Amino acid sequence: MLKVTIDGIETQVAPGTTILQAARKIATEQPEHSHLVPPAMCYYSPLEGSGGKCRTCIVKVTQGSERDPRPMPKPVASCQTQVMDGMVVENTTNPDLLAARKGVVELLLINHPLDCPVCDQAGECHLQDLAFEHGASETRYEEERRTFERIDIGPYIQLHMTRCILCYRCVYTANQLTNERVHGVLFRGDRAEIGTYIEKAIKNDFSGNVIDVCPVGALTDKTFRFRSRVWFTRPFDAHRKCDKCCGKTVLWMAGDEVLRVTARKDAFDEVEEFICNECRFDHKVKEDWTIEGPRNIHRHSVISANKYKAKAQTVV
Amino acid sequence: MSRKILLEHAHVAGIQGYEVYRKMGGYRSVEKALKSLKPEEVVDEVKRSGLRGRGGAGFPTGMKWSFLAKPEGVPRYLLCNADESEPGTFKDRYLMEKIPHLLVEGMITSSYALGVQTAYIYIRGEYKWIVKILEKAIAEAYAHGWLGKKILGTDFSLDLYVAPGGGAYICGEETALIESLEGKRGNPRIKPPFPAVKGLWQSPTVVNNVETLAAVPVIVNEGGDAYAAIGVGRSTGTKLISACGNLNKPGVYEIEMGLPVEEFIFSDAYCGGIPNGKRFKACVPGGSSVPILPADLMLKTAKGEDRVMTYESLADGGFLTGTMLGSGGFIVFDEDQCIVRNTYTYARFYHHESCGQCSPCREGTGWMEKVLHRIEYGHGHEHDLDLLVDIAKKIEGNTICPLGDAAAWPVAAAIRHFREEFEWHVRHPQEAQSRNYGLGRLEAYHGAVGV
Repeated sequence: MLKVTIDGIETQVAPGTTILQAARKIATEQPEHSHLVPPAMCYYSPLEGSGGKCRTCIVKVTQGSERDPRPMPKPVASCQTQVMDGMVVENTTNPDLLAARKGVVELLLINHPLDCPVCDQAGECHLQDLAFEHGASETRYEEERRTFERIDIGPYIQLHMTRCILCYRCVYTANQLTNERVHGVLFRGDRAEIGTYIEKAIKNDFSGNVIDVCPVGALTDKTFRFRSRVWFTRPFDAHRKCDKCCGKTVLWMAGDEVLRVTARKDAFDEVEEFICNECRFDHKVKEDWTIEGPRNIHRHSVISANKYKAKAQTVV
Repeated sequence: MSRKILLEHAHVAGIQGYEVYRKMGGYRSVEKALKSLKPEEVVDEVKRSGLRGRGGAGFPTGMKWSFLAKPEGVPRYLLCNADESEPGTFKDRYLMEKIPHLLVEGMITSSYALGVQTAYIYIRGEYKWIVKILEKAIAEAYAHGWLGKKILGTDFSLDLYVAPGGGAYICGEETALIESLEGKRGNPRIKPPFPAVKGLWQSPTVVNNVETLAAVPVIVNEGGDAYAAIGVGRSTGTKLISACGNLNKPGVYEIEMGLPVEEFIFSDAYCGGIPNGKRFKACVPGGSSVPILPADLMLKTAKGEDRVMTYESLADGGFLTGTMLGSGGFIVFDEDQCIVRNTYTYARFYHHESCGQCSPCREGTGWMEKVLHRIEYGHGHEHDLDLLVDIAKKIEGNTICPLGDAAAWPVAAAIRHFREEFEWHVRHPQEAQSRNYGLGRLEAYHGAVGV
């Protein structure tokens, strides 16, 4: 086991563990320190090859290892940098690092429209949370912003390319879950876009998962668009017998109406098990599901609003 | 200080063809290596020579070769990086066009040293005519037994292929090159693992520049010590410099490391000075990605020593008063050239060529280009200069590959050394809008070529 210290909190991890995973381990074991987990817009542990692109998870390594205590000269991506024995990492305790992260957020936001009031992802948007925690209150960007022509990629998924931050998560999801990937990244630089070659519809049993992995509002559920704000819905764990996937989902309900179905996500907002399109889009009636009980929402975000749980106390 | 090793026979008639090349001593290094040297002895010779990567980074080639993992039963690959796309750099093109067999020979000898049985020349798509030249040279090498199975009757076999790229600058980055060769998008990979451990098809791979591989035959023939005797200190051997811009004699020159910059620019043996008696204003000595330096700092270091053509001398003073030898794309500016326009042109190039994988480079390069466009066309603000420096700082060192650095350094250096020129553009919007840089020269050029 290797010893690593993140923001003064020490933990032991197995060789091959990244700094981000070590921070998540600390947060899992000691929830009071969950703030020291670096944000991640592109890294997604279930997706092989993801990470390293958004640069929001950068941390400062002030001691490389016990054997070679020299600090790393520049901030490193914590999702890709493996822990060395005796490594000392600073995340929330390093003002320079926080300033650098603020810079990355500024760059991410120059072409991302702040249309949260009309965006279906609002409340569950990682970029919204990131901007709230690390962003500047004013923009220095006064140039024309990048926009894209809308393209239709089928009946279930709404692609809103203008909001995309090119995290590649959906591409990795498609690579990993389907044999016939018809969507990917086209073009280059800030003209790069997620798209289907010559506007094909995305048709495969697991394509809906790209909605769950998208950190922003670039890929949203067409069957849920503009129907409700997520914080006005009530999430319930539910399951059904499905021959394609695990059938374990979250139903987002308003009264008895199932407004949308998503996969279950863990404390770090990553899908636990991918679900099929049939479960996601074709069973929007309560009777199709066995409801297990209210879903515990981990995220420190507006999505958690109105979902507080507290022990009932005897008043008198 | 004029010493030709690579280009010694460049002007011999018919040197492109096998017969003449062989007559001039071609393929001797393959014979020597295969018949009298063990692979590790070839690697040792290259280490002793002090040869450093000629693509721009200047990493010791022998050391790079010694990093190559050698797991049992796993193939290894040698890739020649001929994706020469850096503005101002055209030395590899010249070498491949004039003496293609030198590269082929270098790749055979290097492959033997590395235990490689399959090698590729990854060449930028725009060099279409050179693809044909190389394919002809490779076919001749196969026909004469220098490539294929059991070369010279030994157990060493090698297949060599030319792989044209799609014409993206990013594919000159070694891991993006590998991705492109595998048929994927040319996106750089995250390192580690380095190509020496997991490269092409997840196998150990060495990626070397054209000029680096072309130097290997000389090192094997003459010995590493003889090569190391040329040059100065840790900058050994010769270097191809592609000189362009406001020079009387632009072109590709082979120089011995340690040649004074002043001699290179002004001597008749090399570039022959600045045309029309104009003043030497600035220079980018290593391709567009290295920091620009004003004339005084280009000719003398901040300590007052003569600046010479070596990795160390050009980098003397760090980025405050120094620059880099880089790929050897030597761009000279006379007093009439506008640094703002030049910086904007570079920024436009890097914005266009960013692969878009990591956010600082994808968004930052575009932002810099747009701000520079405004300044150049008379719509800039005073605060834009500090903003540009800040954007450059946010990109530099914070990206997956060095393209982000390459985009940031020219902007930061131009503002550092020529801030007053940027300020002039901001403060005189009318003049900035109406100035037409280089029009006179363009007209003269069009007249000369009959456009």
